[in-house]
Amino acid sequence: MSERLTRDGVAHVARLARLSLTEAELDTYTEQLGAVLDFAADVAALDLADVAPTSHPIELANVLRPDVVGPCLDRAEVLAEAPSVEDDRFRVPAILGEER
Amino acid sequence: MTAVNLTHEPIEGEHFHVTSATTGDVWEIVVGLEVHCELATATKLFCSCPNHFGSEPNTNVCPVCLGLPGSLPVLNHQVVELAMRLGRALRCSVEPSVFARKNYFYPDMPKDYQVSQFDRPINVDGWLDLPDGTRVGVERAHIEEDTGKNTHAGGSGRIHGAQYSLVDYNRAGVPLVEIVGRPHIRHPDQAKAYVDELRAILLATGASDAKMEEGSLRVDANVSVRRVGDTALGTRCEVKNLNSLRSLGRAIEYEARRQVDLLETGERVKQETRHWDEGAGRTRPGRSKEEAEDYRYFQEPDLVPLVPGPEWIAAVDAAMPELPAARRARLAETAGVTPAEAAIAVSRDLDGLAAAAIGAGGDPGRVLTHVEHDLAVDGAGNLDPIHLAALVGLELDGKLTATQAKAVLAEMVATGEHPEAIAQASGFEAMDTSTLEGVLDEIVTGCPDEWVGYCEGDDKRRAKLQGFFVGKVMKATKGRADGKVVTALLEQRRVAAV
Amino acid sequence: MTSVPATAVAIAAAVRAGEVSAREVLDAHLAVIDERETDVHAFNLVLADEARAATTEVDRRVAAGEDPGPLAGVPVALKDNLCTRGIPTTCSSRILDGWRPPYDATVVSRVVAAGGIVVGKTNLDEFAMGSSTENSAFGPTRNPRDLDRVPGGSSGGSAAAVAAGFAPLSLGSDTGGSIRQPAALCGVVGVKPTYGLVSRYGLMAFASSLDQIGPFSTTVADSALLLEAIGGHDPRDSTSIAEPLAALTSVLDRGVAGLRVGLVSELMGEGIAPDVLARVHAAAAALAAAGAEIGEVSVPAASYGLSAYYLIAPAEASSNLARYDGVRFGLRVDAPTTAEMNEATRTAGFGDEVKRRIMLGTYALSAGYYDAYYGQALKVRTLIVRDFAAAYERFDLLLAPTSPTTAFRFGAKTADPLSMYLNDVCTIPSNLAGHPAMSVPFGPGADGLPVGVQLLAPALGEATMFRAAAVVEAAAPALTEVAR
Ligand SMILES: [Mg+2]
Ligand SMILES: [Zn+2]
Repeated sequence: MSERLTRDGVAHVARLARLSLTEAELDTYTEQLGAVLDFAADVAALDLADVAPTSHPIELANVLRPDVVGPCLDRAEVLAEAPSVEDDRFRVPAILGEER
Repeated sequence: MTAVNLTHEPIEGEHFHVTSATTGDVWEIVVGLEVHCELATATKLFCSCPNHFGSEPNTNVCPVCLGLPGSLPVLNHQVVELAMRLGRALRCSVEPSVFARKNYFYPDMPKDYQVSQFDRPINVDGWLDLPDGTRVGVERAHIEEDTGKNTHAGGSGRIHGAQYSLVDYNRAGVPLVEIVGRPHIRHPDQAKAYVDELRAILLATGASDAKMEEGSLRVDANVSVRRVGDTALGTRCEVKNLNSLRSLGRAIEYEARRQVDLLETGERVKQETRHWDEGAGRTRPGRSKEEAEDYRYFQEPDLVPLVPGPEWIAAVDAAMPELPAARRARLAETAGVTPAEAAIAVSRDLDGLAAAAIGAGGDPGRVLTHVEHDLAVDGAGNLDPIHLAALVGLELDGKLTATQAKAVLAEMVATGEHPEAIAQASGFEAMDTSTLEGVLDEIVTGCPDEWVGYCEGDDKRRAKLQGFFVGKVMKATKGRADGKVVTALLEQRRVAAV
Repeated sequence: MTSVPATAVAIAAAVRAGEVSAREVLDAHLAVIDERETDVHAFNLVLADEARAATTEVDRRVAAGEDPGPLAGVPVALKDNLCTRGIPTTCSSRILDGWRPPYDATVVSRVVAAGGIVVGKTNLDEFAMGSSTENSAFGPTRNPRDLDRVPGGSSGGSAAAVAAGFAPLSLGSDTGGSIRQPAALCGVVGVKPTYGLVSRYGLMAFASSLDQIGPFSTTVADSALLLEAIGGHDPRDSTSIAEPLAALTSVLDRGVAGLRVGLVSELMGEGIAPDVLARVHAAAAALAAAGAEIGEVSVPAASYGLSAYYLIAPAEASSNLARYDGVRFGLRVDAPTTAEMNEATRTAGFGDEVKRRIMLGTYALSAGYYDAYYGQALKVRTLIVRDFAAAYERFDLLLAPTSPTTAFRFGAKTADPLSMYLNDVCTIPSNLAGHPAMSVPFGPGADGLPVGVQLLAPALGEATMFRAAAVVEAAAPALTEVAR
């Protein structure tokens, strides 16, 4: 954990999160996020090899619902909230470079 | 693609080999398939919207499957049931599982993460037996949600040519099981057989309607090559956009050639996703992204672990229908054939009829022939296996020709009557030999040149003229003659003549 | 005009008895809103017309001899991260610009079903990320006790609305202290229930494994009343607890005789203002006077709570906030490609603190760092659960400060995010453990501003916690109004 969050690291994280940062913001966030991570270094440094993680505060399992059809939303109500609509579908700009 | 000569070498049995024309090296294909199938539930994975193909766009949607702020998922019981059925059919062990979020942005994915099972899937470590006897390992079969559908508009139709896209979320949140096969496949035909077998299992268990053309069954192929004898796996490419079994076979073959070609010329195979272009008959690289994917998987906090108890698993096992492999084995035993030879009857769902007809004394070979080729699947269920056995008996006794038997069989399906009654009513009775001799006398007399040719010509000419005479007899008898008998009579005459 | 009672319990009783109409109750509160809302800015939206329409229905039912329910005619303010059908729900973010959800949150349906009157949507730190309500895209809320000071956050609007008398009840959400800390700073009661006690369906998620909805009120009994109305199993929330809700309002007068109450040593020293500590000791003395046994207890892992929280909550948030992408609802900033549109929209739509946490969480989950940060924080969570379990072997309840200080001035902590995060040090451990906790006002600090003391209980320990809260409330010194 000794390595500090770098400016490039912040830029990478911003790209993953689909945020764009100005050069000045990049500096500020590098500083601020670094400070929080330094603060969290106490946790990072603990030897917890034998401790199981807790992802959830309550122990529940097998919460299931019956396979019974329920009401759907009114399409007009849904599409009225959309930024752009065409042919009863949500319209988005060109999708580049992400063929799956 | 010039330096490589692709051959299928039957000597090597099941394996599909690529032999280099330049070096003479022999390469083998290594394939692992990832199959996504939509489960046949009434509702979606995490909400009560209908799981229905072909509805008006954006009508099967609610806050949950639209990923609206504040909405929460609740797991569909039937999804777990069907996933377990499939898992057990694939001989997997059912394990306690958790859902995770796979984070990446894509407009057809409403929450911009996919809920899937990552490090703890429900079904692990099973296998699938192909009709040819190959056992293909199944690493896992986990539950995940489907995406919506993008329609690309304003451009060429390919994604990168489109000016914009339109999104329909009806399919978003439809339950999928992803079946990850181990790289045990060595031949394009095996890959096709694997998908065929998997489809048969999906149908048998009721887990999915498994329609490749509607996209409820989707196959991606991980393809690599290595020199025969090598044990390490080569670098693989994941081939997507395989919309039919034919595409699957062609794509694997193409990809293998491409990779061997690269390696033979000293280049390296780049690990990447490639898309099959059916029209061009080739794979193309997906557009490479600026940086490697980082999905930031973590446990989905809005869902709780799934821990099916032993009673539930036992109930799934108890209700398991007989699976295709077992049915093949059973029919093979009854009919005295190999399981591979029983495959068609099983795939046509007529193995029960065949076994019963054989049990009623029908000749296995003839019964299987009828079941494999002559019976339409629809309506065959009404057929009395005892009648089928009787029909086969009439054929073997020479009372019906093959052509006549086919016609009688069609009548049996339509009317449910006994084959003997149908044959009689239709005037179908194989001609006795003396009547045939008379017919043959007339024809031979009427075609002296051909007869001489038949008696004295070389093998090729004789074979051709044999067909000529059999055809004449068939025409004269309106198909009531048995072709085999006619051939035998012709041969007797020729031997007597020379 | 009949005089309108001050508490929710009294209002509901009077409305049900036909002694006062729901309309009269509402008008009295709307009059206070008219008078002070411009100064306080508790609301993003006041729903006067909708609320009047709702009172008509309640009054009609009373006239018809029907019972409108336990919240009959009681005005309730909703934090603006709770979905309300057809009514703008903003999370105090530009990215939700004008969004009208097509559905109601479960708690909203339950408030309405119980006869409550929704009077408005309250301001918050954008996406509930903050401790002062200064991170709202629509401007800060002011503390009604001193307009130069913050009301706390993130549910600052809901706390201020109750403190200002705009509504006797409000709902907030608490991920790391976002109900309890503003309750303390505004001098009202605020409750974070056991995780899973109140449905999260329709609460716009910040950190799913920590978020919990809970009440604000001026009295302990009023919070009990609202919690009884909104709590209990909801099949739309997989993390909702199936067991029926324990009775709260009927057990408030049972006292604390024989209860063992532990002061959490890790939260009673460094970083906590002396006047706040003094109030907590005084509350302990009040409990002792009522027959409780007071002791000290160590919850060692609590000292790692803040670090763990600021890894776990941003990680979950980074994923929860991905859906604000300009595709289906809310703001869109156009661009030639979808990826660029997503980025332009999110860059313009999110404020600084939200961006900070999204990036922090993205980093904590990213390849190569998961184990060191997120994975490690989840293990610390295990330690906290263990240490609490050990503490609850010896004690029925724990006692601690709610906030390290009284309300601070605007801008005092905005330059240094970490100093703001430190506000949550006393409240976070309960969120990490999923346990209930509540803040009860216990007189003024040295500056005359309210101090809240925090009662902590094990999972589903609400009934005991409320009994003790009632005792603390009864012993609380009056809060002398300070000059605004
Ligand atoms: Mg997948
Ligand atoms: Zn849905």
